[in-house]
Amino acid sequence: MSTTTYHLIGTRPPRHDGADKVTGRALYGADLKLAGTLHGAILRSPHAHARIVSIDTKAASQHPACRAVVTAEDFPETPDRIVDLGEGDTPLSYIRGNMLARRKTLYQGHAVAAVAATSPQAAAEIAALIQVVYEPLPCVLTAPAAMAKGAPLLHGDLRCTEFGQPTTEASNVADHFRQVMGDSEKGFAEADVIVEREFTTSTVHQGYIEPHTATALWNNDGRLLIWCSTQGSFVVRDTVACMLDLPVSRVRVTPMEIGGGFGGKVPVYVEPVAALLSKKSGQPVKITMTRREVLEGSGPTPGSFIRVKIGAKQDGTLVAAQAYLAYEAGAYPGAMVAPAATCVFAAYDIANQTIDGYDVVVNKPSTAPYRAPGATNAAFATETVLDEIAEKLKLDPLALRLKNASKEGTRRADGAKFRRIGCVEVLETMKAHPHYTAPLGEPSHAEAKRGRGVAVGFWMNAGLPSSCTLNVHADGSVGLIEGSTDIGGSRTSIAMMAAEVLGLQADDMRPSVVDTDTIGYTGVTGGSRTTFATGWAAYEAAQDVVKQMKERAAKLWKVDEVHFADGVFSAGEHRLSFKELAARVGEVGAPVVGRASINAKGPGGSFAGAIVDVEVDVETGKTSILRFTCVQDAGKAIHPSYVEGQMQGGSVQGIGWALNEEYFMSPEGRMMNASFLDYRMPTALDVPMIDTAIVEVPNPVHPYGVRGVGEANIVSPPAAIANAIHAATGCRMRHLPMNPPSVLAAIQQC
Amino acid sequence: MRSFDYAAPVSLAEALALLAAHPTARVLAGGTDLLVQLKSGRRETPLVVDLKKIPELKAITFDAAEGLTIGATVPCCQLTAHADLRRVYPSLAEVAGLIGGTAVQGRASLGGNLCNAAPSADSVPLMIALSAQARVAGPQGLRTVAVEDFCVAPGKSILGPGEFLVSIFFPLPAPGFHAHYLRFIPRNEMDIAVVGVGVSTTVQDGKIAAARIALASVAPTPLFVKAAGDSLVGQAPTSEAIAGAATLAQAAAKPISDMRAPADYRRHLCDVLTRRALTATLGAQ
Amino acid sequence: MKVHVQFTLNGEPAEFLAEPRQTLLECLRDNLNLTGTKEGCGDGNCGSCSVLLDGQLVTSCLVLGVETQGQRVDTVEGIAKGSTLHPIQKAFIDHAALQCGICTPGFLMATKALLDHEPNPTEPQIRLWLANNLCRCTGYDKIVRAVQAAAAEMRA
Repeated sequence: MSTTTYHLIGTRPPRHDGADKVTGRALYGADLKLAGTLHGAILRSPHAHARIVSIDTKAASQHPACRAVVTAEDFPETPDRIVDLGEGDTPLSYIRGNMLARRKTLYQGHAVAAVAATSPQAAAEIAALIQVVYEPLPCVLTAPAAMAKGAPLLHGDLRCTEFGQPTTEASNVADHFRQVMGDSEKGFAEADVIVEREFTTSTVHQGYIEPHTATALWNNDGRLLIWCSTQGSFVVRDTVACMLDLPVSRVRVTPMEIGGGFGGKVPVYVEPVAALLSKKSGQPVKITMTRREVLEGSGPTPGSFIRVKIGAKQDGTLVAAQAYLAYEAGAYPGAMVAPAATCVFAAYDIANQTIDGYDVVVNKPSTAPYRAPGATNAAFATETVLDEIAEKLKLDPLALRLKNASKEGTRRADGAKFRRIGCVEVLETMKAHPHYTAPLGEPSHAEAKRGRGVAVGFWMNAGLPSSCTLNVHADGSVGLIEGSTDIGGSRTSIAMMAAEVLGLQADDMRPSVVDTDTIGYTGVTGGSRTTFATGWAAYEAAQDVVKQMKERAAKLWKVDEVHFADGVFSAGEHRLSFKELAARVGEVGAPVVGRASINAKGPGGSFAGAIVDVEVDVETGKTSILRFTCVQDAGKAIHPSYVEGQMQGGSVQGIGWALNEEYFMSPEGRMMNASFLDYRMPTALDVPMIDTAIVEVPNPVHPYGVRGVGEANIVSPPAAIANAIHAATGCRMRHLPMNPPSVLAAIQQC
Repeated sequence: MRSFDYAAPVSLAEALALLAAHPTARVLAGGTDLLVQLKSGRRETPLVVDLKKIPELKAITFDAAEGLTIGATVPCCQLTAHADLRRVYPSLAEVAGLIGGTAVQGRASLGGNLCNAAPSADSVPLMIALSAQARVAGPQGLRTVAVEDFCVAPGKSILGPGEFLVSIFFPLPAPGFHAHYLRFIPRNEMDIAVVGVGVSTTVQDGKIAAARIALASVAPTPLFVKAAGDSLVGQAPTSEAIAGAATLAQAAAKPISDMRAPADYRRHLCDVLTRRALTATLGAQ
Repeated sequence: MKVHVQFTLNGEPAEFLAEPRQTLLECLRDNLNLTGTKEGCGDGNCGSCSVLLDGQLVTSCLVLGVETQGQRVDTVEGIAKGSTLHPIQKAFIDHAALQCGICTPGFLMATKALLDHEPNPTEPQIRLWLANNLCRCTGYDKIVRAVQAAAAEMRA
C-alpha cells in the first residue's frame, strides 16, 4: 500500500474550472457562436436495414433558407484502406459509411444526408424535404440471430476472420478468436462442481447529458477549423483529415468543455459533415444532435450473448473456465469483444481457460466504448456463476474469490502476466468493510425481501501518448498546457502532479486544455488514461522545469550545482523558493518553459468491487438499492474527491445498466424508447449515497503510483445486484436489465 | 417545431372567439405535453392559444359547502401548496406531486393532464375516484362532463370544435371518505405509469357505503371500473372484499405490450395495485 | 411574425424578439446569448435547462419565450452576487458536486428553488426535488452532500 507522503497529492483543492462551471460561463460545444454561423441538420434512416434507391435533394436545395446540402457522394472518393484513428485498425470505408450512409442504411438513425440553413428550425424543416427512396431489407438485431445460417447479411463484402486467418465466407461475424491457456477439458474433469450458464445483455447507452455538437469553418485560407465536444481532439483531427483527404496540418480542432462522454465521445459523428457543409456554404456550420439522434444515431455499447462455464474443487480452487462471448458490434465491426475476453476471468488465477470471442454486426447503431467496454457484460456472467459456485460449496463469496484472486505474476488467457495489482487488496477491503457484515434490516413491507450481493471487476486501462507544456511566470505561477479533454476534473489532478514536483500549490497552477495546433499529440480522454498518462507528462515537464530553474539558479549564484527539495532551490548558503527564483529568471536567461511528451506504457490495471443491499418487492419485481459500497484500487488517489466521484458515477451507471436501461427495439429494428423519459437512467431518488473505499496499491511504473480509476467501477454492479436479488429471492437473474417484469417472471418461475 | 402564431386571450369570450375563428388551433396550458408533441411533429398547429391568462382557468376556489374548483391551467405546484386542498383532498395534493418532477410540476396542470387524454395520465384515475366533473366552455355555452366520460381514445377527448376545459370540480368528501392513487413505475420518479390505480372508499358504521376504482395505462383511455367499486358496497372492509374488487379491476383491464411493460405484467399489477390502494384507504389487513 | 417580449431577466429589465415557436431555452441561448442554461433532452426529462419563472422552477425547453411576457426569469448567470459566489455555487465546488458540469446549471437552479421553499430539507426531500435533474457523472452522492452543506450554510 502507498506510504509516500506528499504536500499536495492526496489533498482536495478546488478545481480550476469550478467557478466557470457554476456560473454558466464555461463554454461547451453548443455555446460557441461564430459570426454568420449556419445550422446543420441531419436526415436519418427510418429503416433498420434498407437499400438507398435514390436521394433527391432538389426541394431542399431550393428552400430559401437552405445554404448547403450534402450526401455521402460529397466525401472525396479515396480508395479504401486500413486506418488507425485511436481505436485500432479500421477500414476507412466503415468510418465513412457510418458518417453518411452510402448505398445502404444499416440501422434506424443512420445518417443519410445533411443540410445547412439559417436557423436550427429551418434546417430541420429543410432536411425533411430531402426525398429518399428506400428498399427495406430484413434486419437482424441480436448476435445469435445474426450468426444464424441464412441470416440477412449487413455487408456483402464482410468475410469472417477465423483465428486470425481470413476466410472466404460472407458473414455477419467479423472476427472469431480463441484464447487458450492450459487444458480446460482436463481442468473440468478434475472439478467437483461445474456451473455453466447462458446470459444475455441489452444494448445500453452511455447517457452523457450533452448531445454531440460541432462547429466547422472551412476558412478562406484553406484551413479547416473545428470546435467540438470530444474525448479526443486529435482523433477528431485525424478522422476529419482522413475523411476529407486533407493533410492533418490543414485541420485544427479545438476541444470545447465537454458534457460527459464515458467513451461515447471517442468516435466522430458530426464533425466531417459540418466541415463539408461549411465548405459548400462558405460559412461556419454548427450541428448539434437532438437527444433522439444521440440515442438512435450515436454509438451505444454492445448487447451480448454469453456462456460461461467454471469448474471448482471442493475446497473452492477454480480449476477450469470457459467463455463464449458473442458481442453485437452494431452496424460495423468492432464490438470490443477482445477487451471482454481479457477481463472475463482476469480477477482469478485459473490454470485452464478457453475463451471464444465473436464480433458480430447487427442492424443497430455502430457501437462505441462505454466505461470498461465489454467488461461489464462479461463480469455479469462470471461473477454470478461464481456466486452460484460459492453457494454450492457453502463458501463465503468473498472467501472463494480471495482464494483464487489474481496476483502479481498471474497469467491471463490473453498471454499477459499481471504486474503488481490490487485484486487481493480490493477483496480484503470489501471483506473488512463494515457494510459486508452489517445487518440487512427489516423489509419495509410484507411483500418485500432483502439480500446482499458482491462482485468484482477488472479493467486493464490504457497508456498512449500525452504531451504537456509548462510556462513559468514571473510571479511563480505556472501555466500548464495540455490536450486531454477534462471530463471530470482531470486538469486539476494533472496540475497537482506538476505542482507536487515544483513544491507549489494547486492554486499556483493555471491549467488549460488547448487545440491541436498548440500542444503535442495527446490520445483520447478514455481508457482511464488521463490522470495516469497526461499526469505523467506533466510530471516529466515539471522535471524539465526544475532542470532549467536549477541552471538559472546556478548562473545567478555562479555555482556549479544546485539542489531542489520541498520547493526550495539551494546551493551552499543560497536559498530561493520556487517563486523567488521565478521572479529572477529574467536576470540570467530566457523564460523557463518545461515540456514533455511521452508514450505511456504500463497503465497497471484497476480492480473494483461492489457490495450492494437490495430490497425486492416480490409482488411487482421492483428492486430498490438500499446500500452500496464501491471499493477500487486507484494506485494513488491524486485528488480523492474526484476519484470517489469516478467510483460513485460508475457505480450508479452500473446500477442503471443492471435495473432499467436498455434499447427496447421493435421487431423492425426501431428503437421504441429514444428519450430520457423511456430510456430510464437513475435519478437522484433511485440511488442511496454511494460509499467509497479507495485502495492504494501503487502502480510501480508511474512516478506517483497512479492507476486509472475511470472505468473498473462500472464492471461489478450488475453482477453484485444480480447476486443480491438471488440472496433476497432465491432467483438467479441471467438477463440485463433486471427490470421489474423480468425479476417478477424469475420469481414466478423459480 | 413548425411555425405557429401565439395568442393569449384574457377572457372566456375572447378565447371562444379565437377558437371559433381558428378551428385547428391548439390550446396551451402548462405546455409539458403540447410542446413535446409539437417538437416531435406528432402535432402541428397554425395557432397556439395560451389559456393561462383567463381568470376562471387559473383560480383554485374552495367552498366549504360545495367543494373544490380547480382552474384548468393551475400548475401542480400550486395544488401541492394549497392548504384547503391538502386538508380536504390530500390524495389530490399527492397526485399533483407525482406528475413529472419538480420542474414539470411548475407548469403541468390537472386540466392539461385530462385534456391530453393519455391512457397513462396519473391524475385522471384519482379524479374519477373523487367523482370529479369537468366544466367545459364552448360555442353552445358551458357544459359539465363526468371525468370518467371525458377521454374517448388515446389523445382524444369529448371536447368538440371550439371547446376547451375551464375547470374541474370536486364534490365535498363524505364522512369516512378516503381516496388514494397508487402507480407502478420502474424508477422512483420521472416515469410514465406502467399501471395506475385510483380508488376511493367511504366507510360508514363499519361497512363500505361507496367505492370507486379507476385504472391508468391498461386501456385506450383511463378506465373507470364501476363494477369493482360496486362489489365493495355493503361489505365490511376485509381483505377478501378487497381481493374480490381487485380481481374485477384486473378482469376489466385490456392492456397492451409496449416498451414500458408487457401486457401480462400490467394485468398482474392491476390486481396488486388495486389491493394495495384499497388496503391503504380502508386500513384493512 | 416575431413577437417583442419584455420581461425581467436576473433582476434587470430585458427584451427580445422571438418567433412564437422558440422555447424560452432557445430565446435565452440564441437571442439573449445567455448560454449557461443547457439543453440535454428538449423534452423536460433531464432538467439541464431549469430556470426560475416567477420564482417557480421550470424546464425552459417546455416554455415558449413568448409566454414570459411581463414575467421574471432567473438563470444560472444571475445566482452569484457580483463577484461573490452564492453559497450553493460554492458548496458545489467545495464538495466536488460536478464532474463534466453540463448538468450543473440546472442542479443549481433546482437547488435554489428547493432551499427557497424548504431551508432544511431531509435527504429524501433533496433526492425527490432533484429527481427532475439527471446527472450521469456523479451518481448524485456529492450533489446531495453539497445541497446539505449549502442549506446549512444558508441557515447559519
